[in-house]
Amino acid sequence: MKTKYAPLMAALTAAALFTGTACSSSDSAEEVNPDEKVALTYWTWTPNMDKVVAAWNSANPNIQITVNKQDGGDPAVTKLLTAIKAGSGAPDIMQAEYQKIPTLVSSDAIADIAGEVGSLKDKFPEGSWNGVTLGSEAVYGVPQDSGPLMFFYRSDVFEKNGLAAPKTWDDYAAAAEKIHKADAKQYIGTFSATDAGLFTGLAQQAGASWWGVNGDAWSVNINDAATQKVASYWGGLVEKGVVDNKPMYTPEWNAALNDGTQVGWVSAVWAPGVLEGSAKDTKGKWKAAPMPQWDAASPATGNWGGSATSVTTQTKHKAQAAKFIAWLNSDPAALKLLATDANIYPAANDATSVLTTPPAFFSDQADYYTIAAEAAKATKPFTYGPNVNVAYSAFNDAFGKAAESKKAAAFTESLATIQQTTVDDLKNTGFNVAG
Amino acid sequence: MEKGSAMSLIIDKPAAPARQVPAKAAKRPAKRSGTPYAFLAPAMILFTLFLAAPIFYAGYLSLRKVQVSGLGLGAKSRTEVWAGLSNYARSLTDPDFLPSVLRVGAYGLIVVPTMLGLALLMALLLDAARTRESISKFARISIFLPYAVPAVVASLLWGFLYLPRVSPITDLFEAVGITAPNLLSSDLTLWAVANIAIWGGTGFNMIVIYTALRAVPTSLYESARIDGASDFTIAWRIKIPIVMPSLVMTFVFSLIATLQVFAEPMTLRPLANTISTTWTPLMKVYRDAFTRNDIYAAAATSVIIALATFIVSFGFLKLVGRRAFNQED
Repeated sequence: MKTKYAPLMAALTAAALFTGTACSSSDSAEEVNPDEKVALTYWTWTPNMDKVVAAWNSANPNIQITVNKQDGGDPAVTKLLTAIKAGSGAPDIMQAEYQKIPTLVSSDAIADIAGEVGSLKDKFPEGSWNGVTLGSEAVYGVPQDSGPLMFFYRSDVFEKNGLAAPKTWDDYAAAAEKIHKADAKQYIGTFSATDAGLFTGLAQQAGASWWGVNGDAWSVNINDAATQKVASYWGGLVEKGVVDNKPMYTPEWNAALNDGTQVGWVSAVWAPGVLEGSAKDTKGKWKAAPMPQWDAASPATGNWGGSATSVTTQTKHKAQAAKFIAWLNSDPAALKLLATDANIYPAANDATSVLTTPPAFFSDQADYYTIAAEAAKATKPFTYGPNVNVAYSAFNDAFGKAAESKKAAAFTESLATIQQTTVDDLKNTGFNVAG
Repeated sequence: MEKGSAMSLIIDKPAAPARQVPAKAAKRPAKRSGTPYAFLAPAMILFTLFLAAPIFYAGYLSLRKVQVSGLGLGAKSRTEVWAGLSNYARSLTDPDFLPSVLRVGAYGLIVVPTMLGLALLMALLLDAARTRESISKFARISIFLPYAVPAVVASLLWGFLYLPRVSPITDLFEAVGITAPNLLSSDLTLWAVANIAIWGGTGFNMIVIYTALRAVPTSLYESARIDGASDFTIAWRIKIPIVMPSLVMTFVFSLIATLQVFAEPMTLRPLANTISTTWTPLMKVYRDAFTRNDIYAAAATSVIIALATFIVSFGFLKLVGRRAFNQED
């Protein structure tokens, strides 16, 4: 009987593949059948992910993945949560930024795949793995890429001013002053109130972890000593006027990077891609260095960006989806494709072996990925909570005002506002909040 | 969106024919059938599906909230429960809400008089230049053109002009040796946003007023001239009173557009520190719904804004109604 109907089934499945509705036609009892052909959809905003997926599709005729390109992290999450609420319309596989994972888990949007992925734990740095387990026994995804913070600077301008890459934040402050004094139009960087992710990374480097789990309650520590230290440091530089206060990712900021009025950028390992687009006239003049440190004796860094790949709760093929994402994010062949085609910095430990040539914009810097790997290793642990978006939009508002006022005191006061807004929101939704 | 509703308001306006319908129906009671309902059906169905149902759903959502238990990480830890009026209470007591309302009030005080004043002035000038048809046509199209530019595109365009480092305005100021003002600083942001709305809206209002002016029979002006009236007197004593209903209508539309200001500040927000996520009430709705994933609070604020818009616009119509429309009776 099986052989008799096999061609028919194949034809039906193929037809279903084309219409993209195959998932709904099979039921979960067949999930483990290795001969079953399934079609899975994958929401991602990483460029060229379809090329990486094509390699999987040609090797796995029974598990065919269709990439559905998304606009970016925030809109994709909004769409996913809407689909989850509606009961249908969600993809099988979803790219999820680390800071969104608690929100997605708490909305019952992404599934625990601990039983499906087996022991991947050892293949990833502890920090990244913690991001997908939230410190529990569950596994809510497989880490894909990470964004360890580094420092990028115009080596020609630094040399002209007799400066080396700053080793500590004190060096950075001194360099900021020297550069701005030498040329009033030049800044070592800007404090951007529109990029909460970067500030989170800076706080992470200083030892902060804004959320935490205490038993069955969340704790919120946005206004802690480490974050206070970071806020008052940047507030001080902005108040002195040696660091600019304009937001990043504006036409003006692009112009500043390109015309040499912004000569440094605290950013993450993916910065070359951005600089290539914004500051193309300055190619060959930039260098990458490790992050300035609070304590040079024990180097630390934070993360800006990075995401995992998760399986949604609406999929009917959890096992197959999990198999694919395990391959995508830990198989050496896939890591190579992720690094070269998708231009991301894979989170897996094996990534160091595939990342040998530096990014094109930093082609002269042979040790680019050595620095990045050191940074990734030094990433401090950080726990995100279920309402990161609330904290981030409170950050935009509070630090927007603070940056505009150019008062160091306003920077540190902003943290109390963000803390209060975040805690109030958790309590209002009914989460248990400690303290 | 306010433009769309504006059009439907105009279409719905004539009430006179409605009076004749029962009279005709009464003549032929035997033929009364489902025909009128069949004709009404498409409109009623669309109205129900796309207007009434969403409104009721928003009203329903505004009375609900999500209740999380414990850490909120388990599969069944999230339930939707009745919230009573707590969403409304939270909305009204939100420390960001009142400032955003006041800001929109100030914005309206800048935008509405300036925009309508300019529109009226330009309509009068164009009407005075009636004889030179080709110039008038060109001017009309140029003034109207910004209205055809979507608000988001207009805001991006102006955003480039406002940012000191990429703005040619700054270059101009520097060329004559003056330090250019930062148009996106806290003192000037409101004016910068208002400018975009005025730029985009003047043309539309000008066309509405101008069309009303063209409907005035020229014999009126001739007799005024015989009585020795100057151009200014004609404009002040004849033209403006005659186009008063158009002015009232454009005022109401502008008022509604003001209460719903969203696209311009939303587009400028990433460029400046001075525009917060709750800069206008509608931006607060957006933040609650899409940044905080709290559609319940967003629904409550939406209902408040809708009610306020309703009260303000109909209140104004009632206030000026008799005076503005008395010549129609």
